[in-house]
Amino acid sequence: MPVHITSPRFKENAARALANPGLQKALGTAKGAFLQRRAAAVAALPEFEQLRDIGRDIKNHTLAHLDFYLETYAANVERAGGTVHWCSTAEEARAAVLAICQAAGARTVTKGKSMISEEIALNAHLEANGITPVETDLGEYIIQLRHEHPSHIIAPAFHLNREDWEADFRRAHTDLPADRVFAERRDILTEARTRLRERFLAADVGITGANFLVAETGSSVIVTNEGNGDLTQTLPRVHIAIASIEKVVPTLEDCTSLLRLLARSATGQDFSVYTTFSTGARRAADLDGPQEYHVVLLDNGRSNMLGTEFQDMLRCIRCAACMNHCPVYGAVGGHAYGWVYPGPMGSVLTPSLVGVDKAGHLPNASTFCGRCESVCPVKIPLPKLMRHWREREFERHLTPASVRANLGLWAFLARRPGLYRLATRAAAGMLGLLGRGKGAFRSMPLAGGWTAGRDLPVPEPGGTFMARHAREQRARRR
Amino acid sequence: MSRDQILGAIRRGLKRGPLPADQRAMLDGRLAAHPRHLIPARSRVPRAEQLALLLRNVEKEFGSAERVPDLAAVPAAIADYLAAQNLAPRFVLAPHPELLGIDWSARPLLEHAARRAEPTDQVSVQHGYAGIAETGTLMLPSGATRPATLNILAETEIVVLRASRVVGAYEEAWDLLRAELGAMPRNVMFVTGPSRSADIEQTLELGAHGPRRLHVVLVDDDPAGLGAEDPSAPPGV
Ligand code: SF4
Repeated sequence: MPVHITSPRFKENAARALANPGLQKALGTAKGAFLQRRAAAVAALPEFEQLRDIGRDIKNHTLAHLDFYLETYAANVERAGGTVHWCSTAEEARAAVLAICQAAGARTVTKGKSMISEEIALNAHLEANGITPVETDLGEYIIQLRHEHPSHIIAPAFHLNREDWEADFRRAHTDLPADRVFAERRDILTEARTRLRERFLAADVGITGANFLVAETGSSVIVTNEGNGDLTQTLPRVHIAIASIEKVVPTLEDCTSLLRLLARSATGQDFSVYTTFSTGARRAADLDGPQEYHVVLLDNGRSNMLGTEFQDMLRCIRCAACMNHCPVYGAVGGHAYGWVYPGPMGSVLTPSLVGVDKAGHLPNASTFCGRCESVCPVKIPLPKLMRHWREREFERHLTPASVRANLGLWAFLARRPGLYRLATRAAAGMLGLLGRGKGAFRSMPLAGGWTAGRDLPVPEPGGTFMARHAREQRARRR
Repeated sequence: MSRDQILGAIRRGLKRGPLPADQRAMLDGRLAAHPRHLIPARSRVPRAEQLALLLRNVEKEFGSAERVPDLAAVPAAIADYLAAQNLAPRFVLAPHPELLGIDWSARPLLEHAARRAEPTDQVSVQHGYAGIAETGTLMLPSGATRPATLNILAETEIVVLRASRVVGAYEEAWDLLRAELGAMPRNVMFVTGPSRSADIEQTLELGAHGPRRLHVVLVDDDPAGLGAEDPSAPPGV
């Protein structure tokens, strides 16, 4: 089952997102919550900046010796009674998971939150083969009910409002009495807890992702707040952890240092509620835990990033701070990016994994304000990497001549931030005038390559992202 | 085969072959030494303050905590806690020698069964392996005496933790575990407060899939932890 990618239509997606009142409401509600919590958590830890350097160095050391650490990791998983399935491609990973489920005679599998599962489109593959996957993370659960994809890497239902939850629960849980009240968020949570409890108990296989893999011990690590990941990996007879190759770190101490960064950067907690290290299957004397423990280890294009200017991206610990602080993400939400990984990290990673031909527009989804890099816990130079993609796209002549000429102009302006701001503001104003009353352009002087066959959105009356962002910042300070 | 394909692609990217023996030995040495990185200063405080920091952090993370002078005082503390929460005096108990050795008959109305947790259990009483003051985190390695299901199935989890098992940072807890258990147990859970979710409009709600309540009963078995500067220390000990 091919993964559906709408990244080539980023501009249309973004236009639709800007015109979607429900989405804009949800983005408005969510905006600020993550930022304030992160800022408070960081302020409470004076060593945070030093820890960022340490986090970067640990990841760089690991990537420079990735073959060694993966071999060590796999040997230690096997020593602890687990099995490692090495998979070069998404297809291989899907097949490996399916084979384990079929060998276990599985009818339903519960799932903890995993972006790798989204990346390999696992649910569709399981369903096509008669196995029912049940997402158990609260956000993922409603996304599955809605047949959607997550719009954020740690908060999958970032784009939804409370009314959406209530409506979806009433639609999907058909035995709910009509007078059942969902006045509070708590009522929604309780309903999900009750429904999913039955699923946890009935599942034959539990599938989780992994935030880290520890070479020293052969452990997979998950970090959650709900406890769904632990129910998923503890109760069924078989546990499958799916993880990509760059998740490995050398030791428990290395992992611990990164954990100090992860929760603070992600949700602004000092530590997530549950951080769990799983190592092998149930021991002889154990009273609980799975009988089988498998790790599906996925490459899917990552090894190709080593030794290139995009190697730095492999340090990513998926905290989502970059998208939480991104004015573009904050305006259009995650779905506009068209694939699994949104925001600045997605703009760099998606072209690496699915090809610049499909995702070449994403690196344009940036105001180059630099906030993503300034909050990234492992100091990934995200704006620089987005710029590399634009240059590559340019050099490879993937874009028609007119766009190339304009990108040349863009590069000239981008190196001169003052001019760039002025130029984009002027361009947005001009587009607003030209497009007034039409809603979208069929052609546009500076971007013939983009608008041929596509509509370019009329800029919001508020001007460019940067202008809007600056205005909001001022408003907040007041 | 995919394993060789992946390792080959990694080496091509890194522009080298398999690591030479001396470099492998160096990396093996790093694994064996597992050096610590920077440890935040916040948990490097005198013993009594460290215990107070742990309890403060448990409460900051929406858990609750109390101190008792010895293990014999645990049944009364649990009975009173359950009564205050309007919960039935019944629980699943971790089959740990320290907990099994308690004279539970001191509170005849308390019923317990020592085993793994089942879905019908409302309350679990778990044995705390270590407490980490830095963030108010409990370290709970799984095993025959500390089943993992006690941490996830019950609505209310009570953790009995000896004060002498409280450390400052996670790294110190790893050292305890390496020294005492040798190999990694199947599962090591770090628990920081009761379960929660912020998936609905990015607003925190307590009580997701794991326990809705987390209560720590800290047993003061460490004389150094009972400093005079700690107002919650029982008098005269
Ligand atoms: S790129 Fe950095 S900020 Fe963004 S998700 Fe990855 S680690 Fe977090």
